Amino acid sequence: MKGEHNMKSATIQLETLTCPSCMLKIEAALKNLDGIDKDTVDVSFNSSKVKLNFDEDKISIDEIEKAINKVGYEVIKSKVK
Amino acid sequence: MQRYILSKKNQITLISGILIVIGFMSKWTVENMDVFKWTLIIASILGVAPIAIQAYQALRVKVVSIDVLVTIAVMGAFMIQNYEESAIVTFLFLFGAYLEQRTLNQTRSAIKELIEMAPDSALKLMENGEFEEVDIDDVEEGDVLLVKTGAKVPVDGTVLSGEGYINEATITGESVPVEKKEGSKVYAGTILDNGTIRIVADRVGEDTTFSKIIELVEEAQDSKSEAERFIDRFAKYYTPAVLFIGLVVWVITRDIELAITILVLGCPGALVIGVPVSNVAGIGNGARNGVLLKGSEVISDFSRLDTIVFDKTGTLTMGNPSVGEKEYYGDNIDEALIFLASIEKESDHPLAKAVLEEIGDVQFLPVENTEVVKGGGIVATVNGHRVAVGNVHLMERENVKLGEKAKADIARFEKNGNSLVLTSVDGELKILMGVRDQIRPGVKEDLQRLRKLGVKNLIMLSGDNQGTVDLVSRELGLTEAHGNMLPEDKTEYIKRLKEKGQIVAFVGDGVNDSPSIALADIGIAMGGGTDVAIETSDVVLMNSDFSRLPHALGLVKATARNMKQNIFIAVGVVLILLASVLFSEWMNMSIGMLVHEGSILAVILNGMRLLRYRLR
Repeated sequence: MKGEHNMKSATIQLETLTCPSCMLKIEAALKNLDGIDKDTVDVSFNSSKVKLNFDEDKISIDEIEKAINKVGYEVIKSKVK
Repeated sequence: MQRYILSKKNQITLISGILIVIGFMSKWTVENMDVFKWTLIIASILGVAPIAIQAYQALRVKVVSIDVLVTIAVMGAFMIQNYEESAIVTFLFLFGAYLEQRTLNQTRSAIKELIEMAPDSALKLMENGEFEEVDIDDVEEGDVLLVKTGAKVPVDGTVLSGEGYINEATITGESVPVEKKEGSKVYAGTILDNGTIRIVADRVGEDTTFSKIIELVEEAQDSKSEAERFIDRFAKYYTPAVLFIGLVVWVITRDIELAITILVLGCPGALVIGVPVSNVAGIGNGARNGVLLKGSEVISDFSRLDTIVFDKTGTLTMGNPSVGEKEYYGDNIDEALIFLASIEKESDHPLAKAVLEEIGDVQFLPVENTEVVKGGGIVATVNGHRVAVGNVHLMERENVKLGEKAKADIARFEKNGNSLVLTSVDGELKILMGVRDQIRPGVKEDLQRLRKLGVKNLIMLSGDNQGTVDLVSRELGLTEAHGNMLPEDKTEYIKRLKEKGQIVAFVGDGVNDSPSIALADIGIAMGGGTDVAIETSDVVLMNSDFSRLPHALGLVKATARNMKQNIFIAVGVVLILLASVLFSEWMNMSIGMLVHEGSILAVILNGMRLLRYRLR
């Protein structure tokens, strides 16, 4: 799914993460979404950030944020490049 | 509702702790079993709520987190009406999570503080020829900016006009101000101590050296969370295994009581508390002895250390230059010292401060006809005497004769890595002072102690020149020493050591050391250093006391040993209990609980030994 699609990379700043299993939860929630390049999903624990590549034709940044909200975490801001 | 409960987790922990205390008090003092029962029931329900919510959220995305396991265990205990266990297990779990969060928040405020140190506005030259304050994001490459005394340099740039001294400690770690004039490079986040300069912006925003340091810290911080993953990995196999055994037993024997007994016994009670108790005791001992250990992962890495990398300035050395050696020539030395002090008092040269500190309090005299000799020093008239203060060149210019002894002294001082300050009165040499950054007292002995504790390599990295670095290295007997290193060279060096499979500690103080502190397996900050270095680090030596380092290493080794003993006790007891409940007649729940509680007591007592640990 690389190349021919409208791939963007996003950096999402979350509220402070406090437990290692938070990472697993967010990772699992995001990898279930269609349009996200699963191999690029990277949840960093200490800086409480998520980095991922996604296909803008299939999914919007808003939908990604909602998925994170659903497992119980607040999104503070996100940057899309 | 879910979110509300989660946000009140700390209050819940506190209330459930208080309820447990009340419950046990009423049991032991007034023997009121009703109060005992109900307080523990309430404590259990309160305590399990946030854990159960987290377990539910995790299960929804098919993750079996430790919350899931604790929730099942607590519900099991509740079903067999063992409210004591259910209340205590939930409380311990929540309290452990609270402690974890506390240490984590501390680590993280490092980044926050770094970002706060970044400049947020700049004085920019507008089209009308005036300087106006603008947001840092509105500065672009090529803009002309004005920096006033005491202000932060907003971007990386080149000085167009003006002069001043800049404190570049944020980038280089050297707090001695650096002179800047036309053509000099300046860096974002550094502070103009005096003077006024105009600069042209070369690199802005995320491209500045300072922003790169921030990014390095962020990345380095997240490049280590293996120890944390271990907890989940452990839970992944251990508790499901216990659940599975419980289930099998229930299917075979149809005995719910027995199955739940297994769940209760298998509930990792001593295991949950054993490791934290060693940690808390070890960290407590450290705190009383000037060593701040940040969290449990630090202890296990630190105890297996191969290599310690030191920053030079401020770590192995004092960080502020002082007079290390001095020689006097001829008579009237007291008078000459007063002349010297009077002149140095009016200078802002870094060496002047060291000289003044050495001389101490004297009655200053008025100084007249001051002439600054570029690259030489100062010539002035004091009390009618012509006094020259400066280097050897200045003495030659003043036709001061240097005797055989003076020449030998000068050669010796220089060989020892000193900068020279010579003072002549009326053309006669009176005082020779050697100023240098002194090695901290006792460092040599401390390094030997570290070797005895099993550290294989002691390495020094410094931004200073190789000559000075070699000198310090020889004096201290280090394994290796490298000079002329920028912050990124240091991190690169540490990365290479780590790739070779070594466990590396880095000891430093400045903000420039932050990336190295964060990247190393164990980042150790000298407490007198900048806040950022302290908060990025894993270990802080309070009051910059280097002699705490051997104690710290000995302590973490003892703590790691203690932790292993506790794991051994906890797992051993659980295995024995499980085996006896399955294969023997005499085991029942109350005996099991007794042994279980006994093992908890055993690990606590074992952990408490650490409070008395002392390096021999």
